Amino acid sequence: MFDNIDLLFIAPYLNVQLLLDGLLIGALFALAAYGLALVWGVMNVKNLAQGDFVIMGGYIAVVFANHGIHPIYALPIAAVIMFAFGWLLYITIIKRVIERDLFTSLLATFGIAIVLAQSLNLAFGPDVQVAQSGFKTMSFMDGNVTVSQAKLVAFVLAAILAFGLITFMKKSRMGQAIRATAQDARAAKVMGIDTEKVYAFTFSLNAAICGAAGVLIAMVWVIQPFFGITHSIRSFVIVTAAGFGNLPGVIMAGLGLGAMEQFSGFILGAEFQQATVVGVLIAVLIWRQIQQRKHRQVVE
Amino acid sequence: MKNKIILYGGTLAFGILGPMLFPAYISQFTVLWLMVVFALTWDIMGGQMGYNSLGNIFFFGIGMYVCAIVQVGMYYDVAEYTAYSGEVKVAFTPAQHFIGFAVGLLAAAVTASLLAVAFGWIVFGLRGPYFAIGTLGVAIAAGELMGAWDYVGGGGGMSLPGFPGESDGSTFYYVLMFLLAIATFLFLRWLYASRFSLAINAIRDDEEKAEGMGIQTNRYKTVAWSISAFFLGISGGIFGNMTGFIEPLEVAFPTVTFGIFMVLMALLGGKGTLWGPILGAVLFHVIKELTWTYLLGWQWVALGALIVINVVFFQQGIVGWMQERWPEKFGIEVDEPIDADNVRQREAAK
Repeated sequence: MFDNIDLLFIAPYLNVQLLLDGLLIGALFALAAYGLALVWGVMNVKNLAQGDFVIMGGYIAVVFANHGIHPIYALPIAAVIMFAFGWLLYITIIKRVIERDLFTSLLATFGIAIVLAQSLNLAFGPDVQVAQSGFKTMSFMDGNVTVSQAKLVAFVLAAILAFGLITFMKKSRMGQAIRATAQDARAAKVMGIDTEKVYAFTFSLNAAICGAAGVLIAMVWVIQPFFGITHSIRSFVIVTAAGFGNLPGVIMAGLGLGAMEQFSGFILGAEFQQATVVGVLIAVLIWRQIQQRKHRQVVE
Repeated sequence: MKNKIILYGGTLAFGILGPMLFPAYISQFTVLWLMVVFALTWDIMGGQMGYNSLGNIFFFGIGMYVCAIVQVGMYYDVAEYTAYSGEVKVAFTPAQHFIGFAVGLLAAAVTASLLAVAFGWIVFGLRGPYFAIGTLGVAIAAGELMGAWDYVGGGGGMSLPGFPGESDGSTFYYVLMFLLAIATFLFLRWLYASRFSLAINAIRDDEEKAEGMGIQTNRYKTVAWSISAFFLGISGGIFGNMTGFIEPLEVAFPTVTFGIFMVLMALLGGKGTLWGPILGAVLFHVIKELTWTYLLGWQWVALGALIVINVVFFQQGIVGWMQERWPEKFGIEVDEPIDADNVRQREAAK
């Protein structure tokens, strides 16, 4: 089971390679997780369709690549399409679950996730696909460490997107309204903020972020209709570990999860990838519980 | 009273006459009762206690594997058996088969209950959505880990000893599953009439207050979960033997099929009621079997859409809706609401 662990000591370059790969992919996880934190914090909706939004964005990139257009151009298109899709989903379904108990939103979005995954399966088939970007691979340290340019480009784009989002939330009128609603929806309403519109915008923005993350993931990694749930769980792990409203925490947790997955995938084998994500989730939940128990004792 | 006799008599007659009249569909009837067990056991937690588990299928799969391991392990070496799965036919005498099966079911039920206690310790500190996602995680992880465990055949699965004699044992498994459904129902009817149900309902309505009133909430939650695990473990053992071949992802831990059906059926019929899950299970299974093959790949899309519609627009379920519509039939006393509109209407009527 732990066959490869010796290799890490024999060839130290492998550690660098795995760490680098993990951090580069982890940035994309953090992006999708930030969307979840947004929706969770503002609307108190736990969106289990998060990963399927990512995969939808990925398929938009694949369609572009299959038509001979470079998938990077799919980034703004996917964001716009997913924004519209998010808005549609909001006015048909999500609007009706915001005020309801927590499980309702979870189960409703789980239903949406099943519909999306299965529809994608019908449309594109169950095969694993990649959006061919034609980027080259660079090598460092005498060819021992390789980095594909696609990953670097994706990382930079993700960073730009994250920076843009932060600026948007800080400076723009809508961003301020979103933050106000997250703090206290009733007070925001009293102050004249159209919270209904804020909710719709937040959910659509989340879908757009996921769509953009999906395009990048399709470029540097693989997508498949049923990978959505794993991405959703990843987002949950990151947000649960970092807490919402804590952007640096989300980024750190995203990078950490990415690195951890690469290492466990190397040591345990690729078939344990999903089990690793789920295992980390359970570990984070237990850790949270211990924290809470401590907190409780202090309060008592 | 009369209604009750019709209801119980009708169900019993359906259970006995159904497979006799349509023997070709006997395995469908078995699955129907399995669905009833699923919905009933999910509702202990989800409906009565307000803890919505997405991972109850875990106990079903555990029951299936434990039963299989015990059945084989009593007479042969399991690792050898699974290594040659399909190639080497091992012979079980009828006596060996049935004793092994009985012990296996018992072991399945006990192991599932014990695991419920163990996992309860981990997940019961989680509330609401964390609980749902945590349990979902446990079920997914269990499927993945079983697939990597070569002792039980890994992802390739393991086949179970065949039913002794000429028949394939479908009648035998039908009777077992039917009895299990009846036992689950009778046990829950007794349970819901006891103090226990008051305590778990209190947890559902307000856990902090319940704790404040001196209810040992953790103990009640653990017991409730082990009860559902107990019956689910047995159902897993029976179902595994019925299919004759078990495999981690599709048969033992099918999180997105059976695991979600449980929730959906209980919600469809009306969660938190005794008959709701049964009604939901029967209705869902019949609709599913009638329409599944005609939807040509769209059935899963339809399933997801059904969940969304059910949860968003019709969450009280059929029995819940009936209780709202005709509360007096269910022995619920409703005080007439007094508000300004009401009074004004009454004044106008005068």
